[in-house]
Amino acid sequence: MGGTWQALLVPPATRARRSSAPARSWDEPTLAPVVLVRGAEPLLTERAVDGVVRLARERDPELEKVELEGATYGAGQLTVAASPSLFGEAKVVVILGADAGTEDLMADTIAYVARPDPETTVIVVHGGGQRGKKMLDTVTASGAPVMTCDPIAKDAEKAQFVANEFRAAGRRADASAVRALVEALGSDLRELSAACSQLVADTTGTINEGVVDRYYGGRVEATGFKVADAAVDGDTGRAVALLRHALDTGVDPVPMVAALAIRLRVLAKVAAMRGGGITARELGIAPWQVDRAQKDLRRWTPEGLAAAISAVAQADAEVKGEGRDPVFAVERAVMAIAQARRG
Amino acid sequence: MTVWDDVVGQEQAVATLRAAVENPSAMTHAWLVTGPPGSGRSVAARAFAAALQCLEGGCGRCHACTTTLGGTHPDVTLVATEKVIITVKEVRDLIGTAVRTPSQGRWRVIVVEDADRMAEQTTNVLLKSIEEPPPQTVWVLCAPSVQDVLPTIRSRCRGVVLRVPPAEAVAELLVRRDGADPAVALSAARAAQSHVGLARRLARDAGARERRTAVLGLARRIRGVGDAVLAADELVNLAKEEARTATEERDAVERAELMRSLGVGEGETLPPKLRSQLRGLEEDQKRRATRHQRDVLDRAMVDLLSLYRDVLVVQLGAEVELVNEELAQTVRSLAADSTPEQTVRRMDAIAVARRRLEGNVAPLLALEAMAIALRPQG
Repeated sequence: MGGTWQALLVPPATRARRSSAPARSWDEPTLAPVVLVRGAEPLLTERAVDGVVRLARERDPELEKVELEGATYGAGQLTVAASPSLFGEAKVVVILGADAGTEDLMADTIAYVARPDPETTVIVVHGGGQRGKKMLDTVTASGAPVMTCDPIAKDAEKAQFVANEFRAAGRRADASAVRALVEALGSDLRELSAACSQLVADTTGTINEGVVDRYYGGRVEATGFKVADAAVDGDTGRAVALLRHALDTGVDPVPMVAALAIRLRVLAKVAAMRGGGITARELGIAPWQVDRAQKDLRRWTPEGLAAAISAVAQADAEVKGEGRDPVFAVERAVMAIAQARRG
Repeated sequence: MTVWDDVVGQEQAVATLRAAVENPSAMTHAWLVTGPPGSGRSVAARAFAAALQCLEGGCGRCHACTTTLGGTHPDVTLVATEKVIITVKEVRDLIGTAVRTPSQGRWRVIVVEDADRMAEQTTNVLLKSIEEPPPQTVWVLCAPSVQDVLPTIRSRCRGVVLRVPPAEAVAELLVRRDGADPAVALSAARAAQSHVGLARRLARDAGARERRTAVLGLARRIRGVGDAVLAADELVNLAKEEARTATEERDAVERAELMRSLGVGEGETLPPKLRSQLRGLEEDQKRRATRHQRDVLDRAMVDLLSLYRDVLVVQLGAEVELVNEELAQTVRSLAADSTPEQTVRRMDAIAVARRRLEGNVAPLLALEAMAIALRPQG
């Protein structure tokens, strides 16, 4: 304990060199007097905490688990919770929502990190953000393990997550099944994991696309961009169906119109690029967008593009109060785009 | 030199006001000066106030004249507002001022520069005072048009109507007062369509002239849909840049001022409890920048509108002066390329874009639709 005290007294630069364990992923739990769980994805932070608690329970089945809420924390609660109990069983203290924690929590945690109880495991859960930075720095500097639980954004990573879920359950799944599942439920990781466990529980054998379709078919994650893609492809039926889907699942007409405008803008800019003299870099368009736009442009005339952009501008005005029914305005714009495309 | 020198191109109005100064029987206690924006309403009102205070009827050199024109004469109250309205409280104070005898013994003059910015009940407070002020008090109200004030106010005032001054007169003023180059002054006056303030900005700021020419150049450069979208993009960026340079400095000063009044020293961090104050200021500043950007775009569209007005003038063979004389070449080629019907449709498209911008449509999108309508069509 004395050693840690001295560590706090040496200048920050020296201290930083001596400590700070490398960050580990949420699925690599470890036991230590203080564990920091950082990241904005609640499902992963829960799993990280569960992992640590499971390890602690393996060491001592009599374990007592105490949860503290950061936002309502009062001075001294941590010391009370972390002190040895009457019957001597081990303790795990989970401090939830340290990112919204009170000043008392910050002060108590900083003090506790300096001389932690070796019999107790304190898990600090911080959902990201700048609040409590000093506390976080002190905890990391003390050499406590840090488990990161950052949100999973890319589709490839989501697919990886799903594949891992099935593997952990001892099941095999086709790549196409994984992709279908991500497409249907990708926006919410918790929903995705729940779907995985449902499929594991309800089905037998290899999980293939047919199985996923039986359970989650018809569920489409419609975003403004997907609607715009369908409209630019000239697929009126699919565009309108996606649009209805998106509006019914809570996409606002205003960003929807913006997505349509962005898609058409790229088309027009790439059309201007063909004339020569301007590069995609100058226009701020990514190479893959240029490729796609060039493919789309084969089916578009300048007149059609002009009509489409004018229709979107009109829809934007109507969505913002010029018309009576925003949904109708967007729908008309989507149909106008699809029809403006050459046959 | 007289105080009337800066009131350009308003011979008739000036004659009326001068007669009132010189001849007591032609004098009235309440005046309503009306005229389009930029015609010099407040300049005329100030000149009138100065002439009333001056012993020689507006020499422009004496103490009374210079202090009145500078806004520091004790018997002349100038009311102008940067806010949206003039409040009842401000007007009640004015009435208090109105009953006082002038300290220098001539006239007590109260000039309300934005009488149209008074709400109905605010003007009602004024009624009694305007109808029967003390013998030596004169009210001078300014508004864009007679319809902008209540009939009850209108009927109590004597109207002085200013016209749109001729471009030559505005140019002459710019040359004389601001020392602008005569040729530049004339084209600026024409381009601003005789709005004195705008013309002055164009004559003095080469950057503003360049921006205007660049905007008008767009009309010729748009050859197709792609160009149109690029041109809209360019226009919005131009506006953003201009708004940024116009507000950046003021923003920094306001921020420093707020920090000082909150007691936060240079380089210290703001305590969390005071952060909402700073955030409030930053939001206001952002709103102001947005507003400024929109104003810049609107001005650009008005400029484009003037260009197409010229095109239409040429197409219809009307014997009227062009607004954009220096772009006569462009105007003629645009006129040759299209029909009057198309020009009118383009002007409509610009008007629609202006309305959309006002209705909070994404500026880029509104301008794209406008630029597309400007492209050459078969």
